[in-house]
Amino acid sequence: MIKRLPLVLLLVLLPAAWLFGVANGGWLKNVPAQDHEKISPYRGQADAIAAGRRVFVDRCSHCHGENAEGTKKRPPLRSERVQQQATEGDLHWLLVNGNMRKGMPSWAKLPDQQLWQVITYLKSLQDWGSATR
Amino acid sequence: MTSRAKAAKVRLVQSVATELQLEKAYRKTFMKPAVMLGLFVIFLAAGCTAQERPYFVTYSHEMEEPGNLEIEVFNAVGKPPEGNRFVGSNVEFEFGATAWWTTEFYLDGQVTQHDSTIFTGYRWENRFRPLLREHWINPVIYMEFENINGGDKTLREVVGHDGKNDLIDPNAEARTEKKREMELKLILGSNFRGWNISENIIAEKNLANEPWEFGYAWAVSRPLNLAASAHNCTFCGEKFQAGVEMYGGLGDRHSFGTSQTSHYLGPLINWAAPNGMTLSFSPQFGLNDYSIPRLYRFGVSYEIDQLFSRFHRGAR
Repeated sequence: MIKRLPLVLLLVLLPAAWLFGVANGGWLKNVPAQDHEKISPYRGQADAIAAGRRVFVDRCSHCHGENAEGTKKRPPLRSERVQQQATEGDLHWLLVNGNMRKGMPSWAKLPDQQLWQVITYLKSLQDWGSATR
Repeated sequence: MTSRAKAAKVRLVQSVATELQLEKAYRKTFMKPAVMLGLFVIFLAAGCTAQERPYFVTYSHEMEEPGNLEIEVFNAVGKPPEGNRFVGSNVEFEFGATAWWTTEFYLDGQVTQHDSTIFTGYRWENRFRPLLREHWINPVIYMEFENINGGDKTLREVVGHDGKNDLIDPNAEARTEKKREMELKLILGSNFRGWNISENIIAEKNLANEPWEFGYAWAVSRPLNLAASAHNCTFCGEKFQAGVEMYGGLGDRHSFGTSQTSHYLGPLINWAAPNGMTLSFSPQFGLNDYSIPRLYRFGVSYEIDQLFSRFHRGAR
């Protein structure tokens, strides 16, 4: 058993490290360059922010909180990662593809316009100092 | 009273008694749990949302969100030319186990005019999404076990040589036929510029040593408005989805093809009503003499978001 200990540790620690990486924004590394560069066609538009807020409350708030503050099991979207590190294109890629291993579903069922409205709303929050997960 | 009249009276009494027993059994096994569940849903449903594809037979590649429970009631109303009008109903409980696995349980029943109301069985299905990212074409593997009887008229799928003649037998006779079946589907779906295009290839096997039967279904749909409105609205375009659906049988292992198979085509529409209810409707038309000339389908669904978190302390 002692001889196999390194192997057992490797088998336990590798998936744990992988999961930790995914939970901590590992998905950002998977975003292709052309998606990373995309920008919201609604950037800064007040109507789009209001519409994005409506879609967010309908679709996302059950997991991420009414004001994107996060819930017990799901991350806040006012975090530095979402507000500063991730571009609009990164968030669009995440919404389209999801992060299914971590429970984030694909939202490709929503039209692209609505996804960009949600992203415009999220980027309007800019209150990233309140949470840093 | 002559012996012939007595026998006729006995048959009449037996027939009425059987119908009453069936009604009672249906109410006990199907309606009562459905009503209880309906009340439970209304209790839980406050604040939930739903806007699903308007399809009745075709599955899209989109899975139920993890932790969400969707409760749906779907009905098919039709009248075979030589039979009585019927309403085939099913109650579905669809749960998102994970982002890539959705499981669903159905209770089926039907009402036939001038005949009876019967519970026709249950189904349990599972859908798995093997590719965890969005592609041009997204496959989903579907597996279902059905334990239904020959009286089932929900028309959840059309396979093999299913046709109008399967829907004219009296319930008392049809329900004696047991169908324990395994159904497999390959679901292919794509989303492009607001459109959803879904194709299903169906293979079904009655476990009682009958040949594989095949079928197909495809559908296309799109929301009427792609962008969301900035203001709360009940009847704006984003709340409606419209499309077209077509499905039919492709024979069985011994006689593959479209000969002696039924096919249906029809427009679809659904509306995401306030408070999380979605209403769907579709008039569908039989495309050959083997099909019922017209079918009217309608459905109501509720989605309960994050079912289990509602039972946690501090949940809304």
